Amino acid sequence: MIKRRKKSKQYNPFYDPTLKKRHKSASRFKKFTLTSLIFSVAFLAFFLFDMVNKGAGAFSIAYIKLDVTFNEKTLDDTRLAINKDYKELVSRAWLRDINKVVEKNPEFLNTTQNIWVLADDQVDQYLKNKQYKLKDKDKILVDELYANGLIEKKFNALFFTNGDSKIPEYAGIFSSVIGSVLTLVITMLVAFPIGVMTAIYLEEFAGDNKFTRFIEININNLAAIPSILFGLLGLAIFINLFGMPRSSPLVGGLTLALMTLPIIIVSSRAALRAVPDSIRQAGYGLGLNKIQVTRDHVLPLSLPGILTGSIIGLAQAMGETAPLIIIGMIAFIPDAPSMVTQAATVMPAQLFTWASMPEGMYVEKTAAGILVLLTILISLNTVAIILRKKLEVKW
Amino acid sequence: MNIFETRKKRTYINELLIKIALIVAATISILTTFGILFSILFEAIEFFQLRSFWYFLTGTVWSPGVENSQFGALPIFAGTFVITLIALSVAIPIGLGSAIYMSEYASSALRDYLKPLLEILAGIPTVVYGFFAAVTVAPFVVELANFFGLEATFNSALASGIVMGIMIIPLVSSLSDDVIKAVPDSQRKAAFGLGMTHGETIKNIVLPSAMPGIISASLLALSRALGETMIVVMAAGLRPNLSWNPLEDMTTVTVTIVNSLVGDFEFNSPETLSAFALGLMLFIVTLILNMFSLSLIRRFKEKYKVNTL
Repeated sequence: MIKRRKKSKQYNPFYDPTLKKRHKSASRFKKFTLTSLIFSVAFLAFFLFDMVNKGAGAFSIAYIKLDVTFNEKTLDDTRLAINKDYKELVSRAWLRDINKVVEKNPEFLNTTQNIWVLADDQVDQYLKNKQYKLKDKDKILVDELYANGLIEKKFNALFFTNGDSKIPEYAGIFSSVIGSVLTLVITMLVAFPIGVMTAIYLEEFAGDNKFTRFIEININNLAAIPSILFGLLGLAIFINLFGMPRSSPLVGGLTLALMTLPIIIVSSRAALRAVPDSIRQAGYGLGLNKIQVTRDHVLPLSLPGILTGSIIGLAQAMGETAPLIIIGMIAFIPDAPSMVTQAATVMPAQLFTWASMPEGMYVEKTAAGILVLLTILISLNTVAIILRKKLEVKW
Repeated sequence: MNIFETRKKRTYINELLIKIALIVAATISILTTFGILFSILFEAIEFFQLRSFWYFLTGTVWSPGVENSQFGALPIFAGTFVITLIALSVAIPIGLGSAIYMSEYASSALRDYLKPLLEILAGIPTVVYGFFAAVTVAPFVVELANFFGLEATFNSALASGIVMGIMIIPLVSSLSDDVIKAVPDSQRKAAFGLGMTHGETIKNIVLPSAMPGIISASLLALSRALGETMIVVMAAGLRPNLSWNPLEDMTTVTVTIVNSLVGDFEFNSPETLSAFALGLMLFIVTLILNMFSLSLIRRFKEKYKVNTL
C-alpha cells in the first residue's frame, strides 16, 4: 500500500512558493488602476465644486436703497443725482445710465425717488467677504446700511442682459452669447451640408481608389491638427486674402466650420454604414436609381446618427477659443452684434478676457460664465444622447 | 424620342450633377489641409527670407519688438517640451490605468456610469481648464513649493503641465480602452489556463498585444499636448526660458504664436511672420505624429481584424 502523503504544501505538486507574492502583485496592480480611475473622477468632482464655489456668488449682486433725484440738472451731470456720501458706494455705470431709468419711468422726472440702486463692485465684494478696496468711512456706512436692510443682495439679472463692460458690476455675457449664436449658425450652415455630402460621397458613391483614400487620410489628419493652426488659416486666407472683416462671426464661423467638418464626416459615415445593404438592394429591386435610394431611404434612416454627430461637433465648436483669438474675436464688445460682419466675441473668448482682468469681481464672473457654458454644453450632449437612444433603429 | 428616353436622360443629368456636387464637397477637406499648409508655408518662407532659418532652430535669444530683434526659438521649443513632458507623465499612467480598470476589472454596469463621466472631462472647453489652472492649481503649486522650501512662480510650467495632463486623460483612456477590449479573449483564457493571475495576464499578455494601440494613443496625446493653446496662454509664462526647472515660468510655441498675432505689429513685420514660422514647425511635428499614430493603429486593426476602432 502506498503510504499516504502528508497533506502539506511541500507535497502538493501544484504548490508554487511564489504564489502569494504573485497574488499580492496582482492586487497591487488592480489597486493602481482603480486609483487612477478614482483620480480622474475625483478631479472632475473637485473641478465642478471649485467652479460652483467660485462662480455662485456672481449670480447675486448688491443693491443699495437710496434717494435718487431726477431733474434736468442731475440728468446732465448724473453724479449730482445722489447724496455725496454715497458716491463711492454706487455703481458709476448705473449712474451713467440714469437716463434710461427716466425713459422707462417718465413719471420720475422732477421727483426724488427712493429706489434700489446697483452698488459698486467693491461694496459687493466686501459683503461677500472677498478682497475689497473700501475706505474706512465707506465701510462703516456699508455696515450701517446693511444692518438697516438698505443693502440687499439680489438676483443678478444684469449678468444675463448686459454686454461686456470695463466696470465690473455692469459686465454681462449677453453680447458674447449672441456672438456665439451668430458664429455657430455660420459654422453649422457650412459644415453640416458639406460634411454630410462628403460622407455620402465616400460611403455611397466613391469606389475604393486613390482619390478616396487620399480624402480619408486628409480627414483623419484634419481631425488631429492643433486648433490654433486653423486660426492661422483663417487669418491668412479669410481675412488677408479674401478681405473679410476681422473679428467678425463670419470669419469665426467659417474657421470653426473647417474644424467641425471632420467630426461630422466621421459620424455621418458611421451612421450611413450602419444602414444595412438589404435596404439599398430592395430599393434597386424596385427600380430606383442610386440617388433615389440614397435620398429617400438611406439618408432618412441614418439621420439620427448624423444629427447626434453634428450636435457633438457643435458643442465642440462652441467651446473652442484658440483659433478665434487669432482672428481677433477677443475685442471689447459692449453691445450685441446684429450682423455676421460686425465685430463680435464668443462666450469662451469673453471668459478668457475676464480671466485676465485684475478686479476680483471678474474672477467671480468668469466662473459664473463657465457654469453657464458648461450647462449649455452638457445639455447639448444630453440632447445628442437622448436623440440617439430615441431614434436609433436596431437592425 | 419617346417620353421614357427624355426622362432617362434627365435623371442621368441629375445624377451627374449631384455626383459632381458630392465630389466638390469631398474635395473641401483636401482644400482645407492644403489651405492650412500653404497659408502657413508662404508666410513662413517670407519670415525665413528676413531671418536665418538656422538661427531660428538653434538660437537661444527670442526678442521680438526691440531693435535688432532676434528670433532664436530654442527656448520656446524647450518650454514646450518640458510642459508636454509633464502633461504626458500625468496623462499616460492615469489614462492607461483607468482604461485597464474599465476594460478588465469593472462590471459592465459600472462602465456605463464611468464612461460618460470621462466623456464630460473630454468635453470641458480648454479655456475652462486654463482658468482652473491659473486660479486654482497655480497658487496651490506655489504653496506646495513653499512648503518644501522651494520657490515657484505663479505661472509655473508645472501647473499648466498638470492641468494639460488631466485634459488629455480621456483621450488616452478612451482609445486605450477600445484597443484593450479589441484584444481577443482567447489570449486571456489561454493565460488563465496556464495559471497566470489576472494581473500577470494583463501585464504579460494583454498589454503587449495592445501595445501598438496604446503607443498610438500616446502619440495622439502628445500631438494634442503640443498644440494645446488656451491652458498655456492662461497659466504658463510669456518669457522664453531655457531651463529644466518646472517651477519656473516657461513659454510654449502656441503661446508665442498667440502673442505675436495679438500684438500691434504690422502683418509683414518679422514679429508677426515669426508666428507662422512657429506654426509651420507645429504643423510638421503634429502631422508626422498623427501619420505615425494612424499607421500603428491600422496595423493593429489588420492583425486582430477589428473594425470598431
